[in-house]
Amino acid sequence: MNILLSFWEWFGDPAQWSGAAGIPARLAEHVGYSALALLLAALIGIPIGLATGHTGRGGFLTASLANIARALPTIGVLMLVVLAAGIGLLPVMVALVALAVPPVMVNAHEGVRGVDPQLRDAARGMGMRGWEVLLRLELPVALPLVLLGLRTAAVQVVSTATIAAYVGIGGLGRFIVDGQARREFDMVVGGSLLVVLLAVLVTALFALLRRFLVAPGLRGAATG
Amino acid sequence: MGDQPLVRWDWITGNLVDPIGTRLLEHLQLSLSPILIGLLLAVVLGVACARWRWLYPPVFTGVNVLYAVPSIALFFLLLPYTGFGPWTAIIPLSLYTLAILVPNVVDGLGQVPDHVRQAAVAMGFSPLRRLVQVEFPIALPVVIAGLRVAAVATISMVSVASLVGLGGLGQLILTDGFRRQFTTPIVVGITLSVLLAFLVDGVLVLAQRLLTPWTRDHGAAAGRGSARRGEGART
Amino acid sequence: MITFAGVTKRYPDGTTAVDDLHIEIPTGRITVFVGPSGCGKTTSLRMINRMVEPTSGSIAIDGRDVRAQDPAVLRRSIGYVIQQAGLFPHRTVVDNIATVPLLLGWKKAGARARARELMELVGLDPEQAGRYPHQLSGGQQQRVGVARALAADPPVLLMDEPFSAVDPVVRTGLQDELLRLQSELRKTIVFVTHDIEEAVRLGDSIAVFRPGGVLAQADAPERLLAEPVDAFVEGFIGYDRGVRRLSFFPARLLDLHTDAIVGEGAPIARAREVARSSGEPWLLAVDGERRPRGWVAARDLERGAVGSVDAVGDLDLVGYGHVFTVATDSLRAALDAAVLSPAGRAVGVDEEGRVVGVVAQTDLGSAIWAVGTDDAPTTRPVGRNG
Repeated sequence: MNILLSFWEWFGDPAQWSGAAGIPARLAEHVGYSALALLLAALIGIPIGLATGHTGRGGFLTASLANIARALPTIGVLMLVVLAAGIGLLPVMVALVALAVPPVMVNAHEGVRGVDPQLRDAARGMGMRGWEVLLRLELPVALPLVLLGLRTAAVQVVSTATIAAYVGIGGLGRFIVDGQARREFDMVVGGSLLVVLLAVLVTALFALLRRFLVAPGLRGAATG
Repeated sequence: MGDQPLVRWDWITGNLVDPIGTRLLEHLQLSLSPILIGLLLAVVLGVACARWRWLYPPVFTGVNVLYAVPSIALFFLLLPYTGFGPWTAIIPLSLYTLAILVPNVVDGLGQVPDHVRQAAVAMGFSPLRRLVQVEFPIALPVVIAGLRVAAVATISMVSVASLVGLGGLGQLILTDGFRRQFTTPIVVGITLSVLLAFLVDGVLVLAQRLLTPWTRDHGAAAGRGSARRGEGART
Repeated sequence: MITFAGVTKRYPDGTTAVDDLHIEIPTGRITVFVGPSGCGKTTSLRMINRMVEPTSGSIAIDGRDVRAQDPAVLRRSIGYVIQQAGLFPHRTVVDNIATVPLLLGWKKAGARARARELMELVGLDPEQAGRYPHQLSGGQQQRVGVARALAADPPVLLMDEPFSAVDPVVRTGLQDELLRLQSELRKTIVFVTHDIEEAVRLGDSIAVFRPGGVLAQADAPERLLAEPVDAFVEGFIGYDRGVRRLSFFPARLLDLHTDAIVGEGAPIARAREVARSSGEPWLLAVDGERRPRGWVAARDLERGAVGSVDAVGDLDLVGYGHVFTVATDSLRAALDAAVLSPAGRAVGVDEEGRVVGVVAQTDLGSAIWAVGTDDAPTTRPVGRNG
């Protein structure tokens, strides 16, 4: 209980709410890094996943790439890129994007692969071209899984973006690192809880997106 | 880092046993324990959730919130209690696996066809016996599918433990590599971590083939779908 | 004997699944519970092995209340077969069948040997012993299900719509197989189905349930077809119950005529004489071994119509359709043969296919009228159309 209590004190301290080291600024940095990493991962993962899913070719390659990326230790990637390119945004982005691409890509692939072949046949039978089948049938049907992949990636990215603090570019991870260094555990707990809250918020946001984007007839699928 | 080559082979050959071998063994130990502990916990929780369905939503939310806690934070928070011992890493990592394993255990048990369960009851299986001899074996492919994801994720996450001073390949990356601005140990650490993940994954695939011979020609897809949950590694 | 005494099953939401059921299920016979969905037939069945516990009333097997035994122990002594077979997907065919013996503490080798015996008994290829259920067809899976239920040689067998999920041809085969098994094993079988045809085919007695879990009528199948107690039972049995009831009367009750039969080698003049003396409008031509060849219309034997043909066999004979076997077929088969015959007459043959005699539709009518008042038919449908 005293941890929660001290967290509450820390959280309620007006000093935490202003300046470049305050909660709003750190939160903004954290959200910014996470959003950018997710956007990049989506730009890489979704087209590849859709393409391999649509053509049915390269599925094995996608899965293998995703497996390797998934097995990469993020800390190692981060530090390697720091040594190669110096401190800054780049190492953080490389590490986070490597983390986020596998779930995004694999789910997009599986989503398109999972479309009932009869539906695909019907679409072709109505005279749709390949890309029309992809945009009008496969993408809408795959959307719940695509969103699930993005959500999984987003939660991981939000939680992992704390590593940005290790290469000196802020984010909520600073509270954790600084709190540890100064032996102020309320700060560590405060920073962690903010990350958890952010992750919960992201989950809620995706639930909302799902409501607006997914066709009503498909909402039963892939609730996960 | 100047014109230092990415990998210096002489360093590797000179340090093969220590620190490379030692760190690899530490890494293996630090990752296998959470996987096993997580599996045990997940089976208990999963069976309870399958038995009492109302338990599942809160447990599901709980393990997913835990999953969102940054691992560094959990490591730090445990330090005052567990010190620099292996439990500081094992406890958080075990908890993380639950987000992947609990849903898979519940889904796996949910895949037992109702008529099969009925038949078992009708033949005079006691509840425990039914669980062990009928429901667990049928759930196994889905559970192993989840275990594969959890194993790969855990092995890649163990490296973070080095940030709080624990061993494993993370130490190779951090202490031998990063702090000395020396890329070779980092590349070695990453490579060995990935290889270890693949090795454990391969062992699990093999175990699945041996343990569930009935899935061989039709059930290859049995564990798909559920493995999507908690896809991917994290720090 | 299984005795239901005032058994009622009511669910907490107020629905009554079974309402005050009194029935006695005789030992060594097949009793069929039949009715539309929601009539409580499956619930009644499942109360026998305590898969469902009654709200009130009691069920006894040979005088012993089922609730006097631990459910698991009770169930090991009662075979149970269900619609999707309920086979364990992770066990081979032989291990599936050996399940209950192993539960009873048999040694593995003994249980497997017993399982192999049963595979043979239910007509499964021994080569399938090591296969997994998903590698079998639906009909084979059901055979495994039946073998598994029989493995520990339980005196009682409960079968819950076991053949409903397989296609009609396979279903008929499985039904025949069950009757054959039962003639050897003499188990007390309770069989649930929604298909009245299946009930009539298999049941020594039939209990018809109506929605709301009320027993409408329990009778031997022939009695049920002859005298449904009310409009519900009559409607459930279906419109052609009169014809179906004929399955219970053997064709040997019929008077067969032999006076309008001629050899195919007989000259036309001889045939004219037979036609004139018998007064029959159709003559049946037979070959040297008295097998049917075809029909000749008496008026076609008139001089002008015959032309230059000498023997009966050289005429254009009218096809005789299908025949019935006098010793083993039912009145229903004879009627069917007569209805389909272009001559309006059915040909009765013996087991070697030699003609015993013919019967006209009109004669069948009086035979059917006679059995309508007959109270002693066979208990089981006769022959293949049963």
